[in-house]
Amino acid sequence: MRQSWRPARNAAILIAAILVLWQALFEFAGRHALTPPFETFRYMAELLSTSSFWSHLAETGRAFAVALVIAITLGLFIGLVLGLHRLSAEVAEPVLVALYSIPKITLYPIVLLVFGIGVPAKIAFGAIHGIVPVAIFTMNAVRNINPVLIKTARVLKLSRWRAIRFVLFPAALPEIFSSIRIGFSLTLIGTLLGEMFGSQRGLGFLLMTAIGLQNVRVIMAVTLLLVLFAAGVSTLLLTIDRQLHRRV
Amino acid sequence: MKWGMSRGIKRATVYRSVAIALVVLALELLCRAGLITHLTMPPPSEIVRDLWKILVSGSMTGAILKTLTDVVIAFAAAVFAGVGAGAVIHRWRALRDGLDPLFATYYAIPIYAFYPLFIILFGLGDTPQILIGFMLAVVAVIVNTLNGLDRVPRALIKTARIYRLGPIKTAARITLPFAAPYLFTGVKLAVAYSFIGVIGAEFIMSRSGLGYEINFAYNNFDNAIMYPLILLVMLAATTVNMTLYHWEKKLLARRGRG
Repeated sequence: MRQSWRPARNAAILIAAILVLWQALFEFAGRHALTPPFETFRYMAELLSTSSFWSHLAETGRAFAVALVIAITLGLFIGLVLGLHRLSAEVAEPVLVALYSIPKITLYPIVLLVFGIGVPAKIAFGAIHGIVPVAIFTMNAVRNINPVLIKTARVLKLSRWRAIRFVLFPAALPEIFSSIRIGFSLTLIGTLLGEMFGSQRGLGFLLMTAIGLQNVRVIMAVTLLLVLFAAGVSTLLLTIDRQLHRRV
Repeated sequence: MKWGMSRGIKRATVYRSVAIALVVLALELLCRAGLITHLTMPPPSEIVRDLWKILVSGSMTGAILKTLTDVVIAFAAAVFAGVGAGAVIHRWRALRDGLDPLFATYYAIPIYAFYPLFIILFGLGDTPQILIGFMLAVVAVIVNTLNGLDRVPRALIKTARIYRLGPIKTAARITLPFAAPYLFTGVKLAVAYSFIGVIGAEFIMSRSGLGYEINFAYNNFDNAIMYPLILLVMLAATTVNMTLYHWEKKLLARRGRG
């Protein structure tokens, strides 16, 4: 019991510390640089009550959702195929690692040239960010499955599909879930970056316009909303993730 | 056994090179045949030629040096601050408890969203870009330092105590060397993240650097500059990362045998 509320207490302490630091930074840097915590929360709530903000939010949400589905589906598929075939995995791994570590933002002009300005480009850019880590994690998850499980599946003469469905997938599930968790964050970053260029709508566009106008209130409120969303979902996914890892 | 394994790895390298060569060749043919228009992408051979021209002419040397300097500063700061902070946090239980939720969700937070704020705070100079690179990199170093220090056997720490080593000597002679492979993972990630952070920030908004030049060329539909520079960034990041990747494998192999 004591164990279960400890993380919550730690998170509360951390949040309090961040708020204090934030307020202190405001006192130090002044109103032209940032807005204080309370005011930022209030302005965020104000934005959330306007319909024009919701249309931007919905735009980002839709693009992100589609990008995430594409990233997870393709990433799982690539990871599974490579993980099941040793040589393919050895051939592909360094390429995937290299793709993971390049600054993908430099590829964005190419994405824009291929897809044109608009929603598909954002989705593609979000998905590009997510696919590689999901594929790498899934591949390693499948490669690291206990060989006894695979041999058992063979002894039981399970078909390839049934072996994947009943043995490999459940065995690799905790790692696969971790991959989805990481894919989530990177796809979100990719989608937002995609919106910052060549887009007329969405939160990324709002941020970019606000930078141009030096509108600190909007920058702070949108940043806060994004951080709350990302940290909230990530905490939720992390809790499930830890539960899954404990079960095995 | 060992011979067979190294031959298997070599075979993978051959297949990989062939696959990459085929992809480049296919792109070349598609471009030459006009299926990919010249406005979308020039043929790879032309990109390489243009890159060579740009490098020889020296027109981008300033931008390249500026970006590299920022990356190196962000990286070095992240490694020093990260290892230092990791060592302190490791010794201070309460601090670690408080920071754990931050580390767990840190990489879910879009750090670039803070860039506008940094521009307002520090102006459009190099500082906001270095700061973004630093922020992306430092937590990976901290987390991997903690991870490594967690695995130092008690016996080693007790030995240090018997020899009456102070905390700094213990760290320098025993715990940090033991944690080296984990530290290395952090360092490797720090390289990638400082590249991504600095170039990404330059791309979003700045007045100089490779990211800025690529964005500028894109806005002017100048493919003869944009594609070679993209290639240059890819080559630089890949070369550095592959070098570290192989180095790490060697380090781990040695540790495994030792």
